Amino acid sequence: MSKARSRPADLLPPDAGRDGPLFAVSAILVFLACLCALGAVGAWTAASGWTAQLSDQITIQVLSEDDRDIAADAADAGERVARLPGVESVEVRPREASERLLEPWLGRGGLPDDFPVPRVIAVRIDPAAPPLTAAVEGVFEEAGYTVLVDDHQRWAGAVAQAAATVRYFALALVALLGLAAAAVVAFAARASLAARWDVADALHLVGAPDGFITSLFQRRFFLLGLKAGLTGAFAAALAAAGLAFAGGAAGALFFLPSLELGWGAAFIPPAAAILSGLVAAIAARSAVSAALARRWS
Amino acid sequence: MPARDDTRRDAPRFETGPAVRFESVGMRYGRGPEILRDVSFELPRGSFQFLTGPSGAGKSSLLKLIYLAERPSRGLISLFGRDTALTDAKSLPAIRRRIGVVFQEFKLLNHLTVFENVALPLRVAGQPRRAYAEDVAELLAWVGLGERMDAYPPTLSGGEQQRASIARAVVGQPEILIADEPTGNVDPAMARRLLRLFAELNKLGTTVLIASHDVGLVRSMDAPVMELADGRLAAGARAA
Ligand SMILES: Nc1ncnc2c1ncn2[C@@H]1O[C@H](COP(=O)(O)OP(=O)(O)OP(=O)(O)O)[C@@H](O)[C@H]1O
Ligand SMILES: [Mg+2]
Repeated sequence: MSKARSRPADLLPPDAGRDGPLFAVSAILVFLACLCALGAVGAWTAASGWTAQLSDQITIQVLSEDDRDIAADAADAGERVARLPGVESVEVRPREASERLLEPWLGRGGLPDDFPVPRVIAVRIDPAAPPLTAAVEGVFEEAGYTVLVDDHQRWAGAVAQAAATVRYFALALVALLGLAAAAVVAFAARASLAARWDVADALHLVGAPDGFITSLFQRRFFLLGLKAGLTGAFAAALAAAGLAFAGGAAGALFFLPSLELGWGAAFIPPAAAILSGLVAAIAARSAVSAALARRWS
Repeated sequence: MPARDDTRRDAPRFETGPAVRFESVGMRYGRGPEILRDVSFELPRGSFQFLTGPSGAGKSSLLKLIYLAERPSRGLISLFGRDTALTDAKSLPAIRRRIGVVFQEFKLLNHLTVFENVALPLRVAGQPRRAYAEDVAELLAWVGLGERMDAYPPTLSGGEQQRASIARAVVGQPEILIADEPTGNVDPAMARRLLRLFAELNKLGTTVLIASHDVGLVRSMDAPVMELADGRLAAGARAA
């Protein structure tokens, strides 16, 4: 008969003046944390792709010398290296492949036939049992022509190191932002309780256990954290997609090459929203139960 | 008084001893002076008593000790035969739910309607809404707030707030009812009506203690009176 009885009222009064700024701060923190996490994943996938490619390849250049037939030398070099254990396949690239590599410096198609172009041999090796670089160089000792062996190790090491730095840096940022969010919410929960001692007091005196009072605040802050998290995460997803569409340069800033991010990254924004709710709930719970314990010890 | 047949959920079946027992109880607020000294008395189960004394004598403070809002600095307090100092914190809420309190300053929550305020103890005790909605409405009609149950406390008169507070205290059919100046803000006719409510509850077995300095009210009932003066119980009025 009365509308008051149709649905139980919220025992905690709305706290509009306080919730607005807290919502904004939480949403921004989640937004930043999401971008960092996406960046970490982007760096992770990109770097492991690069290093995987680099560590199963060796490049051998056969240098051109005036009195030698470079095509024969290249074929001979390919045969020699193919006999080494740990070598999976050998591809002696034709002169055109080398010319293509030189195009940026020497221009397209303008090379005379007798121009000394080194020939490239791409060697695919077993990354689990790669031949030693010294062994590769050893097979050419009596060949009579000159080769340069590049095992990409220095480059692969540098890439791996840079990627590791970026990803741990991003993870540390995510952790810091999470801590900041938890601290902000704990502070807000304590302030909210301080403003609502009358409610806590009245509930306490009619026989509510501390857990009952705590869970009111916990639920309030979980919902707030979840909503702020959804907002921040949604904005971050939009921003990431925008950067990816904007093209390589913008995306690369955040390590967000669209294809390399993969589907795993799609879980980050929803996970961040839920995590934000949980962090808020836990922070509020511990802040309020500590305050209640102090009050009625 | 609405008739209800629900049994008292929280009451353990085998308990001995009086509802309330004070033995040489002293109390102070923080590091202040002792405002209750050497207070000893007993409220047998099912008894009905008044507590009187001049303003500042310590009536409200004594009641706070009973409903476990404050702790004594000395002496022993037992409720339902159990020493409250030895009761662990986890079982205190259950004991509080067996005690209904009409606070001198009402302690109604301003953001909840009268109905919600009165239903609060039942909600806290975990009762579903449909189990108590009728009872609460009936009780509110009985204290003359049937038309005001959707109103918020700040829009009520002092007397209406007091009646809402009384309804909240009795709604759970407590085993002990503590009322601190429960008729301070109502007219004499309503005061008699409320007193009858307490008497009816008492007939159903509730132990009632009413603090008041309204001599007329105290005299209107043939009930024992404890007199508090300057933190001590007057010797002659001690017995129940
Ligand atoms: N929270 C408090 N902190 C410190 N002192 C208090 C507090 N509450 C009450 N007192 C003091 O304790 C004494 C007893 O107060 P109490 O409220 O128990 O008196 P009372 O008998 O209920 O008075 P009244 O009839 O006016 O309600 C008074 O001197 C009062 O100043
Ligand atoms: Mg008083």
